[in-house]
Amino acid sequence: MGRKQMVAMLLAGGEGKRLGVLTKDLAKPAVYFGGKYRIIDFTLSNCAHSGIDTVGVLTQYQPLELNRYLGIGSPWGLDRRDGGMAILPPYVKQKGGVWYKGTANAIYQNMGFIDRSDPEYVLVISGDHIYKMDYEKMLAHHKKTGADVTIAGIEVPWKEASRFGVMHVDDEDRITAFEEKPKVPTSNTASMGIYIFSWPVLQRYLIRDEANRLSSNDFGKDILPAMLKDGMNMFVYPFKGYWKDVGTIESLWEANMDLLDDRPLLDLTDPEWRIYSVSPNRPAQYIAPQARIASSIITEGCLIEGEVNRSVIFYGVQAGADSVIRESVVMPNARVGAGAKLYRTIVGDGAVIADGVTIGHPDQSTVTVVGSDEFVANHKTLLEVEPS
Amino acid sequence: MKNRVMGVINLIHEPDELEGLTAGRCPATVPFGGRYRLIDFIMSNMVNSGISRVAVFAHTKFRSLMDHLGSGKHWDLHNRQSDFFILPPTTEDSQDLRRGDLYHMYQNRDYFTRSQQEFVVVARSHVICNIDLEPVIAFHEKQGADITVVCKRQTSFIPGRSRKVEVNRDGRITAMQDHFGRLDSNLLSTEIYVLRRDLLLELVETSLAQGQEHLIRHAVMSRLDKLNVCAYMYEGYLGMINTLESYYYNSMQLLRADVWKELFFHPGPIYTKVKDEPPARYLEGAKVSGSIVANGCIVEGTVVNSVLFRGVHVRKGAVIRNSIVMQNGIVGENSVLDYAVLDKDVVIEHGRDIRGAAGLPFVAAKRKTI
Repeated sequence: MGRKQMVAMLLAGGEGKRLGVLTKDLAKPAVYFGGKYRIIDFTLSNCAHSGIDTVGVLTQYQPLELNRYLGIGSPWGLDRRDGGMAILPPYVKQKGGVWYKGTANAIYQNMGFIDRSDPEYVLVISGDHIYKMDYEKMLAHHKKTGADVTIAGIEVPWKEASRFGVMHVDDEDRITAFEEKPKVPTSNTASMGIYIFSWPVLQRYLIRDEANRLSSNDFGKDILPAMLKDGMNMFVYPFKGYWKDVGTIESLWEANMDLLDDRPLLDLTDPEWRIYSVSPNRPAQYIAPQARIASSIITEGCLIEGEVNRSVIFYGVQAGADSVIRESVVMPNARVGAGAKLYRTIVGDGAVIADGVTIGHPDQSTVTVVGSDEFVANHKTLLEVEPS
Repeated sequence: MKNRVMGVINLIHEPDELEGLTAGRCPATVPFGGRYRLIDFIMSNMVNSGISRVAVFAHTKFRSLMDHLGSGKHWDLHNRQSDFFILPPTTEDSQDLRRGDLYHMYQNRDYFTRSQQEFVVVARSHVICNIDLEPVIAFHEKQGADITVVCKRQTSFIPGRSRKVEVNRDGRITAMQDHFGRLDSNLLSTEIYVLRRDLLLELVETSLAQGQEHLIRHAVMSRLDKLNVCAYMYEGYLGMINTLESYYYNSMQLLRADVWKELFFHPGPIYTKVKDEPPARYLEGAKVSGSIVANGCIVEGTVVNSVLFRGVHVRKGAVIRNSIVMQNGIVGENSVLDYAVLDKDVVIEHGRDIRGAAGLPFVAAKRKTI
């Protein structure tokens, strides 16, 4: 195999506990988003558009559906003669095997995969963020600054800064300090969890970190602080644009609602930066004569006979006569019965809402979740979540 | 089915009164139903029936055909266990292009002799239906037929040009006439024929040697007394899309939920070349009813009783009624469309008022700006 300039390692083992019933049988990167996508489509499409053709996808939790979805990577142009996509689960070795102990350990266990391509740089990304980014530009920045590691950073509102790992930088974008979820933030440059390492440097630190029994083998907690302590060249790559960690029910709901603005910050229609996904084969959506649709996105294969307002409707959804769907996200192949009403509800794929059932209330601010394949005849049993 | 039946989609001299819609393409690739091409229906029918060896006999204007079908992978015909061929005409000079399908099949007889399958399904691309062919093969064998013709009893209006068929009490076909004939029968041929591969080869070679040119019109129709030609009754939805009137009529039929459900889902799904279009977006002020809308559309205006293909943009205040807007069309602010068919990439500037008549839709050619 020829030498590659940069190889991407995509961390997709996230359990996504805070997504509740949506990740009961599903790894977080495989959770549905935006009418036809899954979360991981965004990072994979970024790789495709950034000219990266070798991607290792590190899976661990509930990998079945994710693995099946990824296949050999053809929807993202990653079915290649040289390189391409490799799914890298933890595996059993001669002297036993271990789960991935942390993000750094996951890469450590797959150093052999990276070495096959003999790259100069390794891009470490996570499969649970929604954004569009050209990693090639980030690499150019990495080379220009002569960094050992470059971390993509985004300015977040000060009041939200305490939810993130924030970085202190000097005038030349050099990182001077990290703070993990600070109570009183003194910087609002958040780490986006996107790193470019020069491979020999990363390799050295991974080996050192693995030898340290006290380490939690995590990039944010162990590797990066160790590099900072040693005075390595660490720079921020400032990113401007839409970026969202959809780790919670509220943020997943919000990110879906963000798509409904007249000029959404995350533009899915850009022909130069298409988000690739496994496109289902369904006929064009059917909007019945009595249906009313406004401020929504709807995908192929849907049959809509009721009202849809400020909602995201995935493929194959059927909504019966006189149904009302407002400020809701309805995932693939769900059925909303005649006269059923959904307010601020996330409906998992394949779920069925019986005729006449009402979930939520027009004036309420909480988001209600219906799990995959659930049958809802009565809404009282459902989980409600206060938005942050 | 897999190793017993192969499929031939015959595009040689397909009846074509589709006017402007086939100015730059063959009937097989006329866009239909928001995201399909006509040929998707017969391709999907064959694949859903378990046929994995399919050849398309291309004839003229087949650039869009090659682009659309590609390797056949969207119909799952691109794997170790399947075969997919597009066979363009093999001609010495352009005069040979005028020759009938017998000549073109003869030129490609190697394709048939190299096949292993016992039966061949020969079909056209302009026939819209959703049919399981396995029972047709079973019927063919049970009847001991030489040729089985899939037929449809016309109980309601079926526009377009269809061959008429007459059967006796045993279901054997006794007469068959082209669409303009005077045969008084309400039984139509769907142009789906089943016969043994060796019989097909024999008909091709013998008929051609006798000076005949066309497989059905000559080789089959002149031998109704010698061959046991049987009619299989198809009960589902049928569209014969070889005239502009029929194209428009069948497009509008899709706006009935029962037709939409049957034609696209039952008994099998219809496949097409998949594109990475985002979901359709409806902005504030959009009003849509009784319509089908494909992915990638942006709707800011009013759409009633219409078909929008992928990537159509309906701007503010625009009103579209009883119309078909193909891929990437743009309908400008406050423009009105009624009974119109816009081919791909047509741009309607703002404030236009374009109206056809119920039986005579206005057609705008590909890439036109109005």
